Amino acid sequence: MTDFLQQVIVGLRIGSIYALIALGYTMVYGIIRLINFAHGEFIMVGGYTLFFTIPIFTDSFGLPAWLGVFVAIVVCAIVGILSELLAYRPVRKKGNRMTALITAIGMSLLLQNIAQAIPAMGPNPRVIAEDIFQAGSLDILGITTNRTAIFTIVIAAFVMIGLQLFIQKTKLGRAMRSVSENKAASTLVGINVNRTIVITFAIGAGLAAVGALMYCAQYRTVTNTMGSLLGLKAFVAAVLGGIGVIPGAMLGGMLIGLIEALVTAYISSSLANALVFLVLIIVLLLKPAGIMGKNVGEKV
Amino acid sequence: MTDLRKKSARGAIINVAGILLLVLIVFMLSVTMSDNDFRRKLVPIMWHLCIFILLGTSLNLIMGFLGQLTLGHMGFMGIGAYTAALTSLALERAGLFDTGTASPILMIAVMLGCCLLGALLAGIVSLLMGIPALRMRGDYLAIVTLGFGLIIENVISNLPFAGGNGLAEGSASSALYKTGLGFSTTLQAQYVYFPILLTIVSVAFMFMFISSKYGRAIKSIREDEIAANASGINATYYKILTFSISAFFAGLAGGLYAICTGSLSTASFSFASPSIWNSTFIVVLVVLGGMGSLTGSIIAAVGMYMLNYEIKNGKWVALMPQFLQNLFAFPMLIYALVLMVFIMFRPYGLMGTYEFSLRGLLFKKGEQAIGGDVK
Repeated sequence: MTDFLQQVIVGLRIGSIYALIALGYTMVYGIIRLINFAHGEFIMVGGYTLFFTIPIFTDSFGLPAWLGVFVAIVVCAIVGILSELLAYRPVRKKGNRMTALITAIGMSLLLQNIAQAIPAMGPNPRVIAEDIFQAGSLDILGITTNRTAIFTIVIAAFVMIGLQLFIQKTKLGRAMRSVSENKAASTLVGINVNRTIVITFAIGAGLAAVGALMYCAQYRTVTNTMGSLLGLKAFVAAVLGGIGVIPGAMLGGMLIGLIEALVTAYISSSLANALVFLVLIIVLLLKPAGIMGKNVGEKV
Repeated sequence: MTDLRKKSARGAIINVAGILLLVLIVFMLSVTMSDNDFRRKLVPIMWHLCIFILLGTSLNLIMGFLGQLTLGHMGFMGIGAYTAALTSLALERAGLFDTGTASPILMIAVMLGCCLLGALLAGIVSLLMGIPALRMRGDYLAIVTLGFGLIIENVISNLPFAGGNGLAEGSASSALYKTGLGFSTTLQAQYVYFPILLTIVSVAFMFMFISSKYGRAIKSIREDEIAANASGINATYYKILTFSISAFFAGLAGGLYAICTGSLSTASFSFASPSIWNSTFIVVLVVLGGMGSLTGSIIAAVGMYMLNYEIKNGKWVALMPQFLQNLFAFPMLIYALVLMVFIMFRPYGLMGTYEFSLRGLLFKKGEQAIGGDVK
């Protein structure tokens, strides 16, 4: 039993990372109907920013390492905004959804390879020496775990509650919801659609930076391809929960994390990815819009 | 009616002449070029180009003509490659043929058999997957097919008989050393007409498929699925049919890949593979060539493969300024930039839905190319 609970905590920890990243996917998809393939690369940008800033924070100023995440959020948000302004927006005006998708794939390749080409980042994995959360092992009700897992789950929960409040209660959040429902009508009631999209990208990328912090706290290595599989699974989480629905992304992320942890522990680690996708396919077949998504009929 | 028949007969003659010309060019190259240049450089390029052309055109059937996005095309290629490799290995171990000494006719029969078996298996698997998956639409279908691609890769790498040296206990995630065929460049040069003719026959079949009544039904589904259903077209049937035919040719491409590659590894068919052998590359190729233009896919396949090859191996790279050379050390960077700039200025790809045809080139009297769309 304790073994099982331990695996559940591992699952929730991975799940919180997936959920945070899935939020970025789901927000961007909800607002412009684009699978932002470059979102996984935002995580990578966040990871490298942490790698560079953490030594400065701890060695020069004696500050706690996790404060580096604020720099990472800013850098990621800037990268997100730039990719929207320089690549996605011009293409969105001219082409159709398929060309927008190809641009996203191109952006993902570009960011990945820029990171590979810059010598300071390089193709080799970079290791973050500092222990980000000063984690020690922790005993709760007989379950041994470490502080990193607890911090990860708690921070993710706070961020998600904050985001939900932001989307539901603030003026900007309302603007986002209305743009995702109908762009033309939003323009008519005086919402600046383009600005809203840019802000969505910035928030999504910022969440990816928080996800990067969680990831680095656990695994401590940063590579230029770290975002591709992580991003893919987070996207699966977003689809599983119902893409475009924010609580759905959280639920989907947690589910994917749990499935992965339990399959790895009890069945086979090499089949974990396949089973995650199998679950996704089964869920989509039973509920084509995802667990929390609404099935919208097609207009004729 | 007779006029139409005369026109199509003329078209057939021109197309056959074009194919003969292509074969003649390859033959002339093989005679005039030095052995080193032809065998070591040109022949592997030709094999790879045939594979990419098959992959691009077959994916275009789904993306361009059916209007659905799939991201798991390489999975079917993986099925084809592993089937062909393991079959040929089994045949070789059974003593039916020996790669070095077998007569050309036997070799061609073995190659054709292995490729077709791989293609058939890919087609059957895609049929089984397509029946549930094609209930989805748009982005959801893309994700489901991506998932299927990953599952195929994962299952293959867990097959005990595909691992290590092939047909032995192990895991296929490590390379399958020396497939039964696994041609050296000499053998590749000897049988270079095999992939070329196979590709020509396959592409011709796809053209005929697209310009038949099936093709018209498929295009009507792309334009408006509900309207197509309302006018008596069974959309699900045609979707699954196209999906299977596309997977069949991807499997064929996989068979060719297994013939010209010494070792297979599932990592090379994975979605996250950093080389050009991944599903997104094929999607990009189709979009760049123009969705709904088979000739566009062919041109894009040749163009993008050569761009990738030239950046890696071209002599002109050494003549460039140092700054550019440093950039060229990362070919995917250049290729991503080219892709994004291209898509910004030509969002509908190189050809759009226009088909290039020799007949159209020679007789420009408002003749519509076979399979071409009116834009």
